Amino acid sequence: MLFASRSFCCFGVRTYRLRTDLLSRSIKLSASATMAFRHKNTRRIEGLDSNVWVEFTKVAADPSIVNLGQGLPDISPPSYVKEELAKVAAVDRLNQYTRGFGHPSLVKALSQVYERVCGRKIDPLTDILVTVGAYGSLFSTIQALIEEGDEVIIIEPFYDCYEPMVKMAGAKPVFIPLRYKNDGNSASSADWVLDPAELANKFNSKTKAIILNTPHNPTGKVFTREELQVIADLCIKHDTLCISDEVYEWLVYKGNKHIKIATLPGMWERTITIGSAGKTYSVTGWKLGWSIGPQNLIKHLQVVHQNTLYTCPTPLQEALAQALWIDYKRMDDPDCYFYSLSRELESKRDRMAQLLQEAGLKPVVPDGGYFMIVDVSTLNVDLSDVDEKQPYDYKFVKWMITSKKLSAIPLSAFCGPETKRQFEKYIRFCFIKEDSTLDAAEVILKNWNKQTA
Amino acid sequence: FLSLSLQAKMSRPVQARRLEGIEKNIWVEFVKLAATYSTVNLGQGFPDFPPPDFLKEAFMRALSGENHMLHQYTRGFGHPPLVKILAQFFGKLLGRDLDPMTNVMVTVGAYQALFCCFQSFVDEGDEVIIIEPFFDCYEPMVKMAGGTPVFVQLRPKAPKDGKLMSSADWQLDPAELASKFSERTKAIVLNSPNNPLGKVFSRGELELIADLCVKHDVLCISDEVYEWLVYDGKEHIRIASLRGMWDRTVTIGSTGKTFSATGWKVGWTVGPNRLLQHLRTTHQNSVYHCATVAQEAVAQGFQRELELYGKPESYFIQLPKMLQQKRDWLVQRLDAVGMKPIVPEGTYFLVADISEFKSEVPDVPDSDEPYDSRFAKWMVKNKGLAAIPLSAFYCESHKNNYNHFIRFCFAKEEATLKAANDILQKWKREKTSP
Repeated sequence: MLFASRSFCCFGVRTYRLRTDLLSRSIKLSASATMAFRHKNTRRIEGLDSNVWVEFTKVAADPSIVNLGQGLPDISPPSYVKEELAKVAAVDRLNQYTRGFGHPSLVKALSQVYERVCGRKIDPLTDILVTVGAYGSLFSTIQALIEEGDEVIIIEPFYDCYEPMVKMAGAKPVFIPLRYKNDGNSASSADWVLDPAELANKFNSKTKAIILNTPHNPTGKVFTREELQVIADLCIKHDTLCISDEVYEWLVYKGNKHIKIATLPGMWERTITIGSAGKTYSVTGWKLGWSIGPQNLIKHLQVVHQNTLYTCPTPLQEALAQALWIDYKRMDDPDCYFYSLSRELESKRDRMAQLLQEAGLKPVVPDGGYFMIVDVSTLNVDLSDVDEKQPYDYKFVKWMITSKKLSAIPLSAFCGPETKRQFEKYIRFCFIKEDSTLDAAEVILKNWNKQTA
Repeated sequence: FLSLSLQAKMSRPVQARRLEGIEKNIWVEFVKLAATYSTVNLGQGFPDFPPPDFLKEAFMRALSGENHMLHQYTRGFGHPPLVKILAQFFGKLLGRDLDPMTNVMVTVGAYQALFCCFQSFVDEGDEVIIIEPFFDCYEPMVKMAGGTPVFVQLRPKAPKDGKLMSSADWQLDPAELASKFSERTKAIVLNSPNNPLGKVFSRGELELIADLCVKHDVLCISDEVYEWLVYDGKEHIRIASLRGMWDRTVTIGSTGKTFSATGWKVGWTVGPNRLLQHLRTTHQNSVYHCATVAQEAVAQGFQRELELYGKPESYFIQLPKMLQQKRDWLVQRLDAVGMKPIVPEGTYFLVADISEFKSEVPDVPDSDEPYDSRFAKWMVKNKGLAAIPLSAFYCESHKNNYNHFIRFCFAKEEATLKAANDILQKWKREKTSP
């Protein structure tokens, strides 16, 4: 004891300093645990955390719910697609890295298919990028070509990711709604159109790109050549890029033709065309997509890709390549899956439309895609006592899930802030479903009026 | 006639500024060279042996099952069976209760996990400390996020007399490391076991880093993809398990390296919800979902490993055992021909000093390209042996600091390694004969 205190006295100053250092260190350690955590999110993702899918897929996950919400096929992919993947899994080297910008056999197959469709030469190595779903293509395109100071025109209603992706790139989304032009009884997606003068007003010197989605999610609209020409003319006049989301390109119904805006004069050099294995082959869980365009644009997407995830999974790419070859060889044959799937879906579309009409609703019959929107205001479901802050369609879908065991997606999720009111009486149904699922939906819709709230 | 604003627009580059300075990529070039010229590829890091049978079988089971819904979207932040088993497994390793929904997120390879970290946490003006030599993507990712990379080098100490250099001999100078931390430091990237050197950071070294992180309130992005590949009985220590670190660390892992299936591209992040929530935001706005089938198979792979943990049949014990033998073999062979190996404590990479072979490739003064890069290119074109120059793992201004080393990947079949040795032996004979 004496010894210790004596040594404390002798080395008093130094020990004192040592003790205060230790003390302040321990204060710092405990303080850092309790002080305000400064590690918040970056500016680029500020306000982008909520997401309609996270909200609604959770709610609809209950197996007792007839799920016509998320765009998820419950039909089986074609058997040869599944078989190709099984074959590939057995090949050892296909379990290791492949070429970053796209597995060689896949980009070759894609170039062949699209050369035929577009009527122009497409270089598999420089004009194509394979991405994680069309989602990944949208992200790579926007990150490569859009930045702060840019404006990007988005047509409403829109696939919901366009807006947050544009914002994450620091740019400003400029919205323009499709407007219903017809007062007639039967509604078709063709009745939803852009006003050319209104569209022209949205373009200015800051407009970097317009995002086009045809066939359109959620309305199912298939833009006609004339409509595409209006957009193309403006793109050329204002030197604007076109990001063309064509994931539903093969799903067009009788009397309609899918036209690629990139094939219009003056458009190839300014367009990125996006496609999806998920929608082409009913394998959304494969998450493979692609961007096709001129080398001087694609090369920038490739730079983004090499700095974000570098390469996509190999076995899935090889299997997709094999499936594409099978269908490429029969592109003159009506049995080609590119055509047979849309025939299969057309009858489901017609059935869905009929079911909704019989329930007293006015569905907008889509010319393409596998979604159908419907105005539910005629059902007069009073939800005024429910949380006021949510748009009507959100409340309606949640109510419908709980009380009718049927799910859909609210359309205001696909709108910018100005048009939410306009679209909040619509909900979206997905009809790429087995007959048994549609049977179950039929039962619910037929019994709708029998069960009062 | 063009309007002025249109002229102004057309004179601006079409691409976004965030791509500035990140266009080049070493792999694009070297993978192409290897594909064109190499007969023996010890360059890019991937095994040329197959993934384990149980993993391939899990994949086949997932495909052949009645449930074709495995071909459709799964949960965006991670397939439920996979996040559940990862939470269990890593919870056990970290000694804490992990919630699969909030403490784990699945990504498209560890690469995309890194991308999410930088995008979620690095703003313009933020500094990120990177330890050299580093896996090359860290630098461009920091730049793409608008951040400033701050480099600190591992410095080699001379090995003990008569011994070969070890990756353990490459160390950080504590004072130098401390000097790199400033108020602008947002994060430090740690990679242990380290690619390319194979260094396995010791507890003392990790504590040094941890203390600085805590002191300066800095995040730690811990790339632990080679976590199972440690040799000589060394222990891989997870920095997230050190005091004060769980709350500020994102730990990254990879199926590719864990299960020898680099082409599956299934990675994961583990960390506190207050950090992972922001990774989820980035993820849902960039790729959203990862492929379902591979996640299902990896979940089954981990289930098996959880049951066999610590037992000799565990793949996590067999794989490093097998690779250590390959390491030792290659170390001997390189030493025998005069390429001085740095014995790696971990990973499946080995760096060797090629100074004795310099006569083959004359120095070109004022060359933009670092010596080792020219050497590696000459070697693949003339000897058919592919390796990666160490300068690829340094920032631009430090590329010439260690420019006489090349990196070999030894996760290769016996036949491949023997073929590499044949090339080296022949080369040595040709060199020494008049």
